[in-house]
Amino acid sequence: MGLTKQSTGAGTLKEMFRVETESPSDIVVSLAGNPNTGKSTVFNSLTGLNQHTGNWPGKTVTNAQGKFTHKNNKFILVDLPGTYSLLASSVEEEVARDFICFGNPHATVIVTDATCLERNLNLVLQIMEITNKVVVCVNLMDEAKRKRIKIDLEILSELLGVPVVGTSARCGDGLEELKDLIWKVSTGAINPTPRQIVYDDVIEKAIKKVEAYIKDLIGEQMNSKWLALRLIDGDVKLLDSIKDYLTIDLAGDDKLQELINCARSELEADGISLDDLRDRIVSSIVRTAEDISSKVVSFSDRLHNELDRKIDNILTSKIFGIPIMIALLGVIFWITIEGANIPSSLLAKGLFWIEGQLTVFFRWLGTPTWVHDALVLGVYRTLAWVVSVMLPPMAIFFPLFTFLEDSGYLPRVAFNLDHFFKKACAHGKQALTMCMGFGCNAAGVIACRIIDSPRERLIATITNNFVPCNGRFPTLIALSSIFIASAAGAFSSIAAVLSVLLAIILGIAITLSISKLLSKTILKGLPSSFTLELPPYRKPQVGKILVRSIFDRTLFVLGRAVTVAAPAGLVIWLMANITIGDVSILAHCAQFLDPFARLIGLDGYILIAFILGLPANEIVIPILIMGYMAKGSILELDSLAEMRDLFVANGWTWLTAVCMMLFSLNHWPCATTLLTIKKETQSIKWTFVSFLVPTITGIVVCFIVAQGARLLGLV
Amino acid sequence: MHSNLIPLDKLPVGRFGKVRKLTAEGISRRRMLDLGLIYDTTVEALLKSPVGDPTAYEIRGAVIALRAEEASKVLVESIP
Repeated sequence: MGLTKQSTGAGTLKEMFRVETESPSDIVVSLAGNPNTGKSTVFNSLTGLNQHTGNWPGKTVTNAQGKFTHKNNKFILVDLPGTYSLLASSVEEEVARDFICFGNPHATVIVTDATCLERNLNLVLQIMEITNKVVVCVNLMDEAKRKRIKIDLEILSELLGVPVVGTSARCGDGLEELKDLIWKVSTGAINPTPRQIVYDDVIEKAIKKVEAYIKDLIGEQMNSKWLALRLIDGDVKLLDSIKDYLTIDLAGDDKLQELINCARSELEADGISLDDLRDRIVSSIVRTAEDISSKVVSFSDRLHNELDRKIDNILTSKIFGIPIMIALLGVIFWITIEGANIPSSLLAKGLFWIEGQLTVFFRWLGTPTWVHDALVLGVYRTLAWVVSVMLPPMAIFFPLFTFLEDSGYLPRVAFNLDHFFKKACAHGKQALTMCMGFGCNAAGVIACRIIDSPRERLIATITNNFVPCNGRFPTLIALSSIFIASAAGAFSSIAAVLSVLLAIILGIAITLSISKLLSKTILKGLPSSFTLELPPYRKPQVGKILVRSIFDRTLFVLGRAVTVAAPAGLVIWLMANITIGDVSILAHCAQFLDPFARLIGLDGYILIAFILGLPANEIVIPILIMGYMAKGSILELDSLAEMRDLFVANGWTWLTAVCMMLFSLNHWPCATTLLTIKKETQSIKWTFVSFLVPTITGIVVCFIVAQGARLLGLV
Repeated sequence: MHSNLIPLDKLPVGRFGKVRKLTAEGISRRRMLDLGLIYDTTVEALLKSPVGDPTAYEIRGAVIALRAEEASKVLVESIP
């Protein structure tokens, strides 16, 4: 029986797993399940907006927790990472297993997909080996109904030996019943007796050898049969976890090691090697799942997946697959850029009106002018700028992107493009992180979590900056329209679009080649195992998408951007206003950088604008204008024509524009992205590499282009 | 009966195969087992990506894409 110790104090839970209990009577519930089962919909429906996310201690795996009350009891719901199995071949599986094993939740809810129950039962059976406090939630019952799949929940509950509830979390069906069952299981009103997997006789015999001794060592803290088998199977990480959480050093126990070796050699004598053992363990689980599924699931429509197949045949077809993908992404960018203009200028108007009010307020206070200028023209204006140019595009892009994500289309993008990434020794899902990067590189870096192998994830993280984000698009568009397009005469707008498109394609090409370069040098290694699930298409829920993408992504990224923009605003203002011998520090720096900048086709002011633009790429051009006009605060010009005149007066040619576009595409990530990389990789080294790789690439590319053009006498 | 074993990546789209043997090792083998690719499992080759690799297979009710390298380590018996 999977008995778990329920008495661990709230203090240890908090330390080990960052579970924030408010009182000892709080009921802790973990939420497990396969990916793509609507687990997060269940989580969101149960907890509403009453949730917060962070990381698991020492891991780059998201830890989301939420609260809800039911029958006057407070529940804390811990959302475990979505996994197919708990046999710990990935960090996510390890995290989920450790929490169920050692976090001692009062109950564990396992969310399963009604349209694909057999595969989901695999995880259910594995969790039931660890704990008996289980509630099985068969979600997506509405989808199953649509596909005419029938599931007998009563027999399922009987066969599994644990309570089962059918839900359609999207419309809230069955959630009250789910809460009720959670409450009953966690308080002991229901004491489930889960069906245990029966392994081959030889394996059961081997388990017996070790089980009794383990029981003496750890008592009722864990299921000793399960642990015995895990140890015979050679799960070293579990030993580490036991040492960490239960402070029992099993690895140093010679008697135990001897018993394990003895069990293994007996298996060996029966012709079962360690690899065979794993095969047989998994086979027993899969067969049990198959057996249960055959008794409870009935398909009245054999072609229930026909529609999905038809859509797939179009969306991944040789002829239409890639064009449809490009068109869809193109539409999203177009809506984002076009749609952001009006709210952006409205927001700017509002925020600059506040700036005026602040000035009035400071005058009324009677503060010295420099205090007003530093705080209002420096800190506030930079902040206002960043917010007004970043918020609207993100608020449009992220919901659109989440829409594609929810519908199930994104995995198809990875499927379509994987071949190119395989050539670059990277993972197909990197395509998705790049798409996200077009919106915001920081969000792109966070998205790299979906890549489950560490090497490929690092490659995707380091190269994400090569796709231009929303903050760099305006720079690319402005420069291409005023310098490249104007030369094209009648075809100017087409030329502008084409050159931006060229920049994107170049970004993708550089991403692939640098990915390859990285995996041949500092991230050497074979491409690790690639499996990609193509989940069924689903109708996205617009309301929830809006809430989720605004809160999870937009405000999150904006928050990080604001925290770096404020101090940076002050620095920029100080540099522009403190003068040494009649010239501002900014101008001094520009002069100092000028010789180097000219080598790569830029000038000192452009380079300093990029450096000071570290907090957000959106402010690079405003800083540049400020520098050229020798003004004390960042500003924008009313028309592109004015901008062109200003730039030409400062010695710009088309080559300067091209080099600045190239450098905008290839330079260090913005501070928000760097901060995010630091958080995600938990490593200063990889953050530094992520800074260096695009920077060096940019310098090299610009140098070649600038010197090449000059040598050929094009300028 | 094992005479007509073919690697999964050679299974034509639209055809079914029964898993007979896994030659993958280590993590890759574990992943495949977790997918339910055990002896006697029926697998259907569903679709190929635009460039021809990876290929999506229906495995125990789920649609999973595998690269040719990986799929070649699953030996199946093609069934009519």
